[in-house]
Amino acid sequence: MRNFNKFLGVAVATVAAVALPTMAFAQELPEHGVYIMNSVLFLMAGFLVMFMACGFCMLEAGLVRAKNTTMQLTKNMALFSIAAVGYYLMGYNLMYPLGDWSIEGYFSGLFPAVAVMEAVGISAEGADDISYASTGSDYFFQLMFCAATASIVSGTVAERVKLWPFLVFTLVLTAFIYPLQASWKWGGGFLDEMGFLDFAGSTVVHSVGGWAALAGALVIGARTGKYKDGRVIPMPGANLPLATLGTFILWLGWFGFNGGSQLAMGTIGDVADVSRIFANTNAAAAGGSIAALILTQIFYKKVDLTMVLNGALAGLVSITAEPLTPTLGAATLIGAVGGVIVVFAVPFLDKLKIDDVVGAIPVHLIAGIWGTLAVPLTNSDASFGTQITSIVIVGVFTFVVSYIVWMLLKMFMGVRVSEEDEIAGLDNAELGMEAYPEFTR
Amino acid sequence: MKYIVAIIQPSRLTAVHEALVAVGVEGLTSSEVQGYGRQKGKSEIYRGAEYTVHFLPKVKIELAVAADMADKAVEAIKSVSATGKIGDGKIFILNLEDAMRIRTGETGVDAL
Repeated sequence: MRNFNKFLGVAVATVAAVALPTMAFAQELPEHGVYIMNSVLFLMAGFLVMFMACGFCMLEAGLVRAKNTTMQLTKNMALFSIAAVGYYLMGYNLMYPLGDWSIEGYFSGLFPAVAVMEAVGISAEGADDISYASTGSDYFFQLMFCAATASIVSGTVAERVKLWPFLVFTLVLTAFIYPLQASWKWGGGFLDEMGFLDFAGSTVVHSVGGWAALAGALVIGARTGKYKDGRVIPMPGANLPLATLGTFILWLGWFGFNGGSQLAMGTIGDVADVSRIFANTNAAAAGGSIAALILTQIFYKKVDLTMVLNGALAGLVSITAEPLTPTLGAATLIGAVGGVIVVFAVPFLDKLKIDDVVGAIPVHLIAGIWGTLAVPLTNSDASFGTQITSIVIVGVFTFVVSYIVWMLLKMFMGVRVSEEDEIAGLDNAELGMEAYPEFTR
Repeated sequence: MKYIVAIIQPSRLTAVHEALVAVGVEGLTSSEVQGYGRQKGKSEIYRGAEYTVHFLPKVKIELAVAADMADKAVEAIKSVSATGKIGDGKIFILNLEDAMRIRTGETGVDAL
């Protein structure tokens, strides 16, 4: 590879020498080059993050029982679509006031409320910000983050939540809860002013999804028969190949999630940083996976694949708050702590009788808190005090608002299916459609 | 005539089939079943919580043989399905009143 690079260097130098006279006519290109490269980063990273919707969907389809498969697929398909509407109607401009606040640092001006892109076929003069990136690419990229937040919730409340109340919650989450708290950090609001650091959203995305999921799990209650006579009754997932596929897809998508959060690719420094982030993100996932592998072998005498999958994802969540500054070794360790968290937090939640079907609360909420706390370990610009304050503020806001919304849904629509329907499976009871109608059980 | 029902480990089916053919058994029915004996299932851990699998997967084979073949058939099944470990299964031997080959209407030993 090194020899090849040397050859490439010579080739590039030759081409540059030949092209130099032409380049002289295009002195302004570098500036537009930044606009183009930044937009390309947003689009590329955006479709990687979009594929995480598929990752969540497959992970969840694999970890629910066969009788709830079609419902879980339906919810994932619907929530991703509803996120697109919620973020368009209000979310995007609620999240990015661009300095135009109704309440300075806390609440966007919301004008216009709906997201608006640049006109068709603009020239440099028509760009919203020619020195940065196209608005369409930014909107697309940010929408995918909003949708990822909603995906987190569906796994926790699987196998007993009713379809339509869940979708109403998704709309509130994607149009209001997620964008509002995200504006406090990423929209330049008061948490950003305080010096809170959260690179790609261990808190802003993952913990928020986790808090919303926790509120849902508490209001909806555990699956029937999950906790009986002081014992935990496991309900093994139907399809571990699908769960593993989903985890690998999430792992892939995370390169876009963290790499794209560099938010720029127009300079040597930015490209080098995006590269560091890709490599660190991968290292953290590996660390989380290995930690869960070893710990389940020690504690349970046999490796538990579902924990290893959660471990890899917890590693990814852990590195998300700061994927740039750690070394590869530090990133592996930060991820490994995420894997340790999963192995302890999954049985701990069961002790509290909080039923989280796919382990989204340990993975996204608890590892998200850890990742946010880990930022000062490798980045001297962050302080533990500010990180903790921000975790608490975002946590209290998201949990309280989510809890109220879930309670209102419970009062007006009912949030869980009847016990009879739950036992029959949501596929038959709510949809009348099985995932594998030709298989016998 | 004897009717032999054996519950064996699924992995031993091929060996049992070959052993029975070797002693001259003409026909055999097998089915996938679930059950338990003295072993009472086994416990596993899923996401940190222990649970018991009550019914373990087994294969049930059934064959009808002439009375003088029964001991040979039983010995053939036993010899290849015994691993010495718990869960090897059981063999039941029943008296068989009659049999009929549907195609020809033959009865008794002729039908086997």
